[in-house]
Amino acid sequence: MEKAMRKYSPVFVLPTALAFAIGFAVPFALGIYLSMCRFTTVTDASFVGITNFAQIIGDATFTHSLWYTALFTAVSVIVINVAAFAIALALSGTLRGTTFFRTVFFMPNLIGGLVLGYIWQMILNTVFFSLLGSMMNLNEWLGFWGLVIVVAWQQIGYMMIIYIAGLQNVPEELLEAARIDGASRWQTLWRIKLPMVMPSITICSFLTLTNSFKLFDQNLALTAGEPANRSALLALDIYQTFYGRVGWEGVGQAKAVVFCALVVTVALLQLRFTRRKEVQR
Amino acid sequence: MKSKSRFSWKTLGTIAFAALSLAYVAPLLLVLMNSFKDKSAISTTQAFDFPNGDTFVGIDNYIYGVEQAEFFKYFGYTAIITVGSVLAILLCTSMCAWYISRVNSRVTRMLFLAFVFSMVVPFQMVMFTLSKTADVLGLNTPWGIIVIYLGFGAGLATFMFSGFVKSIPIEIEEAAMIDGCSPLQTFFRIVMPIMKPTYVSVGILEAMWIWNDFLLPYLVLDLKKYKTVSIVMQNLSGSYGRVEMGALMACIVLSIVPIIVFYVSCQKYIIKGVVDGAVKG
Repeated sequence: MEKAMRKYSPVFVLPTALAFAIGFAVPFALGIYLSMCRFTTVTDASFVGITNFAQIIGDATFTHSLWYTALFTAVSVIVINVAAFAIALALSGTLRGTTFFRTVFFMPNLIGGLVLGYIWQMILNTVFFSLLGSMMNLNEWLGFWGLVIVVAWQQIGYMMIIYIAGLQNVPEELLEAARIDGASRWQTLWRIKLPMVMPSITICSFLTLTNSFKLFDQNLALTAGEPANRSALLALDIYQTFYGRVGWEGVGQAKAVVFCALVVTVALLQLRFTRRKEVQR
Repeated sequence: MKSKSRFSWKTLGTIAFAALSLAYVAPLLLVLMNSFKDKSAISTTQAFDFPNGDTFVGIDNYIYGVEQAEFFKYFGYTAIITVGSVLAILLCTSMCAWYISRVNSRVTRMLFLAFVFSMVVPFQMVMFTLSKTADVLGLNTPWGIIVIYLGFGAGLATFMFSGFVKSIPIEIEEAAMIDGCSPLQTFFRIVMPIMKPTYVSVGILEAMWIWNDFLLPYLVLDLKKYKTVSIVMQNLSGSYGRVEMGALMACIVLSIVPIIVFYVSCQKYIIKGVVDGAVKG
């Protein structure tokens, strides 16, 4: 069978492979090369070695957005996963109207990040203004919590769906055995349900982690980095460096390479860390 | 006695979740309400007020959105891009995934790794070089961008399809080939029908992404001629001079309504798509 298929490899593989080269592989390789160049377009690039990377270290906006992003990621991953798991637990029971509630909680996911940002900008600025007399484009911490609220509103429903699927896979015999052995609800949750849904926790924390780390649209719409790039997450900071500061294209690309390396490392570490805690079946 | 207390406990839960659901959809209702108000009344002090005699403007905002911002024209382009890209992704990557999971060679193993890697890489890494590549190749039209989406979306799609192919017993395909089917016939007559559920799941995940995507079309498309809905909203929000809050609210409503119709009618498949994507991802 393999032999017969090999003759057809151009038909099966070539369209995807070609598009992949155009849409990903070539731009990726060029991107790595350009991070070591001075340029305004691809054709006028001149090689400058690691100068761009050296400039990143001295760039205060990058270091600020790096820890701002790290903090935002940590907070949003915890908020989203705890809330999603709690809601999933409640809605996987026999409560009346669970299907309807699930539908409602999932809905924000179908709305684009940009639109979510604009909706919440209107709402949160009104709330912050009347309560605190300040707005998100004046205070980076209001922007921070604004972003957390937006991504929570968006992603809790998505993660809830995955947790519900995980909870439904917990074997009924196991829960019954626990009940017979006299386990309390709290014990059942911690000793049985939680370890059994570890694969869902792996995937949800992975998804929320990478989503938060790579967040762009919501950030652009909600605060656009104001005040003065103080509320810019890494992705937005890279974008501003590229298209907002003339002559900084090389540095922007170098930042993107660092960003990419960070995302890949964090994703791999996270997968390894939670996979270890999964129950073998 | 015991069953009675259980009953009220459950009712309480339902009431709590009903309240929470209402809070969840409140932002959207607020947008709907504001879309009928004058733009000066959608400010940080008045955004929560009901429209009154002074601020109610009927459907003026919608007229502005449809006539000045040409909402429906760009809605059409977004539809072409989304449908075209999803169809291209489904056809090409499913063929590619079948090939690379059935033919075991160094090339297919490398390709698979490259696809998985591309799923983690943030868009900022390739945004500049990708938009230049698209310009050079003349892919900056709604038709050309389909190639870009096929390339950039190939990772997740191929990954999900090959995960499914591995669960199909290879004997069925071998039997078909022994009976004289060519690999192409085997794929279209045997493999494709078996993979139907996966097509739906992958299609929904990719459609949700492409429909709402902002930065990729913003950087790739020739903005003088083509825009997507997200780009129209970004322009209305004042990134090019005037802020048109009223029209923005109207356009948000216009863009969300079809999404909600789609969601309500395909909810089962959307939920399944999310779960499938999570298990395979």
